[in-house]
Amino acid sequence: MSDSNSRITEIVSDSDVVLFMKGTPLFPQCGFSSRAVSILDHCGVSYASVDVLQDQDIRQGIKAYSDWPTIPQLYVKGEFVGGSDIMMEMFEAGELKQLMDEKDVAKAT
Amino acid sequence: MPMSGTEIEAMITAALPGAEVEMTDLAGDGDHWAAKVTAPQFDGKNRVQQHKMVYEALGGRMGGVLHALQLTTAVPTSQPET
Repeated sequence: MSDSNSRITEIVSDSDVVLFMKGTPLFPQCGFSSRAVSILDHCGVSYASVDVLQDQDIRQGIKAYSDWPTIPQLYVKGEFVGGSDIMMEMFEAGELKQLMDEKDVAKAT
Repeated sequence: MPMSGTEIEAMITAALPGAEVEMTDLAGDGDHWAAKVTAPQFDGKNRVQQHKMVYEALGGRMGGVLHALQLTTAVPTSQPET
């Protein structure tokens, strides 16, 4: 448990933007994860993704780490931002782009 | 057993009295729901906190039996009379 916590801390510090998801950006395994990927692609930011289906420790650990019951989960600069619904609300309100700009995250190349 | 829309709505309004809950059956299969929750209790809370309040209302079912709930939260534009 504490082991997955330290691994998660490392993952979310290693990249500006991290998406914990089911599947991969190319092959999302769930509609909500797919939606999260589309949103990030629209934002034009570079991001790392973690396929929780490949790692049961992370899959369970991330829920406790964020105190959030579902996947996907978005982290920006080590901070939990929300799940796909929140990402969508923020994207539509222009707040997600604003957050990425404010946090000065790396753009997609 | 998937949860019914009325069941979900009842749990949310029980935990957040005065909340307005609008349920939409996304796939027509009684298993994929969208909920729009407008509650005075959300006032002053950020989105993550608002969503957590709804998840708490659902008592740990979110991510379990209730894996597909699309959630939108809002604060009422005018406070209801009490």
